Amino acid sequence: MASDKVQQISDAEFDTTIKSAQPTLVDFWAPWCGPCKAIGPVVEELADEYDGKVTIAKMNVDDNPVTPGKFGIRAIPTLIIFKDGEVVDQITGAVGKSQLIELINKAL
Amino acid sequence: MGKNHYELVILGGGPAGLTAGLYAARARIDHVLIEKGAPGGQVLLTDWVDNYPGFPEGVSGFDLMEKMTAHAKRFDLNTITREVQSVVLDGPDIKKLIFIDDSEMTCDALIICSGASANKLGIPGEAELSGKGVSYCGTCDAPFYRNMNVAVIGGGDTAVQEADYLTRFASKVTIIHRRDELRATKIIQEIAFANEKIDYIWNTQVTAIEGKDEVERVVLLDKEGNKSTLDVQGAFILIGVTPNNEMLPLEQLNADGWGFIRADKETLTCVPGVFAAGDIQSKVMRQIVNACGEAATAVIAAEHYLTNRG
Repeated sequence: MASDKVQQISDAEFDTTIKSAQPTLVDFWAPWCGPCKAIGPVVEELADEYDGKVTIAKMNVDDNPVTPGKFGIRAIPTLIIFKDGEVVDQITGAVGKSQLIELINKAL
Repeated sequence: MGKNHYELVILGGGPAGLTAGLYAARARIDHVLIEKGAPGGQVLLTDWVDNYPGFPEGVSGFDLMEKMTAHAKRFDLNTITREVQSVVLDGPDIKKLIFIDDSEMTCDALIICSGASANKLGIPGEAELSGKGVSYCGTCDAPFYRNMNVAVIGGGDTAVQEADYLTRFASKVTIIHRRDELRATKIIQEIAFANEKIDYIWNTQVTAIEGKDEVERVVLLDKEGNKSTLDVQGAFILIGVTPNNEMLPLEQLNADGWGFIRADKETLTCVPGVFAAGDIQSKVMRQIVNACGEAATAVIAAEHYLTNRG
């Protein structure tokens, strides 16, 4: 049950996305990464649950090398929560939903 | 949210959980498999599986878990994606799962397949630089280390196999091991020793990971007490596993000193109707093949329990 609320974003769209009025959670992932796949359904659930409050976006690091480089991403999945274009906090690895909720709440 | 009582709950969706699901679905037991994300477990961290029977060419961890999932689903495996906050066992009859949203589910029999996760070293710099050079998954993060020097800490199967995988990207990989020989399976050692991009530092522990915004070096301490440093851009910590047991009543389940769950050869724990299979079990060897075997045993044992109780 893929959520249509998750935005797939590219390097070109990144700045506009994180500067939007509501906080943005960006999931940096790649298709060959198992834990990224494991966390996928949770990210989609969050997109449904936080619809209208938090933008949930995914960035494929294979197709978009610029943004991951800018944020020093050396492990995936890494999830960064942004508010007003600034990093609030980040987490790495296939963490549970409760930890992701905690991360999102830091920007609310 | 669907049903809130099942005859059998399978907790976890790695190889053990999916095998339990396969056997439960084929036995037409009223069941559900609960997984916090997509099924797969730790195998998803593995680049290549070369010791699972039936795959003479080997198989990627990713593909193997897709196949195991598809196999169980072919027999109508019932799964839900939810994170369990706690498991409550009260007397012989009450088995309850409480989810992070405070909703509850009860069952008559429970198979715990919650698995294990990578151990941490617990040294200065490790948490601070996690995701910034400190990694627990070579397969996931190797492409970020193209033409860099990295350290692999550990000497078991996972450490040595991942070191070999990392050489596809990194220019040099140094295995740092606290003993004077590797513990990995001989054939994995042979491959690593033949790989010219792998160096070894023996009888040495890593005592700190240093760097400003990302990993720059690891601090080493050898057996004789000599301190030194090694400049690396990545530190892969692959030193065994710790049980995923935060949600379990460990005392009631008579967990061992490390927090793994003791079970008999039929996988029964000390609580009637509660079984444990896979890496969460207290045992010597943690492989996909025995996780699957234990899970099949657990379902048969659970089926007997469900038939004979009361």
